[in-house]
Amino acid sequence: MPDTIARLAGLSPDSALEALRARRPVTRDHGQASHDALLTPAEPAGISPAERLAVAAFVAALHRDAAAMAEYGGRLAAGAPALADAVREAAEANTAQGPYGRYPAGPLSVEDAHGPGFTLAPNLAATIGPRLTAALAHAHMLVLHPRDASADAIAALRAAGWTLDDVVTLSQIVAFLAYQLRAAHGLRVLAASA
Amino acid sequence: MPDTPNAFTRAQLDWRPWLNPLAEAELTPRHAAALVDPARAKSPYFRLLARDPDALEHRTRTDKDIFLNPDAGLPRAERELAAAAASRVNGCIYCASVHARLAATYSKRESDVDRLLAEGPAADLGERWNALVAAAAALTATPVAFGPEHVARLRAAGLDDLAILDLIQAASFFAWANRLMLSLGEAA
Repeated sequence: MPDTIARLAGLSPDSALEALRARRPVTRDHGQASHDALLTPAEPAGISPAERLAVAAFVAALHRDAAAMAEYGGRLAAGAPALADAVREAAEANTAQGPYGRYPAGPLSVEDAHGPGFTLAPNLAATIGPRLTAALAHAHMLVLHPRDASADAIAALRAAGWTLDDVVTLSQIVAFLAYQLRAAHGLRVLAASA
Repeated sequence: MPDTPNAFTRAQLDWRPWLNPLAEAELTPRHAAALVDPARAKSPYFRLLARDPDALEHRTRTDKDIFLNPDAGLPRAERELAAAAASRVNGCIYCASVHARLAATYSKRESDVDRLLAEGPAADLGERWNALVAAAAALTATPVAFGPEHVARLRAAGLDDLAILDLIQAASFFAWANRLMLSLGEAA
């Protein structure tokens, strides 16, 4: 059974790149174990499986990564089709080129790059609900303008019902996917450049 | 001196969490296993991530293999260069300080590493490092901008496909690491 990165990259088990990945088996296996711990945990604790998949589908769509959108959007749609549609529409209304954001005031301020903040149409907000909307707003910042992260952003999540443990796991989900999608993208490009 | 570092540096910085880490006294054997290195129990960052021990453990083992696996591929110095370049592009001043320091230590090219920190990914560091930094920067962009032109340039600079795999995984890992450090606390 190929791991998720191999499937996203479209690598066949007997490919030259899979042979190279087999020389980094810990990276391959713990990348998949990270996916399993964050997206399909045995004990989902404070964040439901649908919430985890909704965040993943949103992150994939912000990256405009077709393979990842099919993977996570498809898995979300299998259990929650209306939510999957709303999350995809929310992402399409919030795409941008990252990373942008502001530095602490000082010599790097000349590199401050402004970009759009997260917005959500009322009809989509009604489907997504306030708790998950707060998570998507946080995911938007982390994917596109991570250097704008702040204690206030965490306070907004806490106010929407995300516990301290949930905030750590939510950051892990978004950050891990930023890795997984890039690793798969890179492998896809390398495989096509043989 | 501002209380928050506001420039890229190779100097030793601290990192201060915005959320309460677990206290050392609260760590169970499961947390200890997730930390992998017992010394990490001293780190507020790792004790904060220990709130999701499974995610921490697999993150840590992925990290160590990408950067420390000794079986050929990209030299350690250049894996660290990729980490520093990604951190510079994302704007993680703390992560950039750690990995610029490691890149300088392993490469002995302190002035080139300082030029990357000062000028960003457009800095001229010689063709091999320019190719590595350009590829790492393209992997850091959203949407991801890494393409066949980056692979061709890396091969022309002497990288074999195992080294390119290492470069992809090292730069991509810092999309993860930067977002954790930026979202859960700040350089201090």
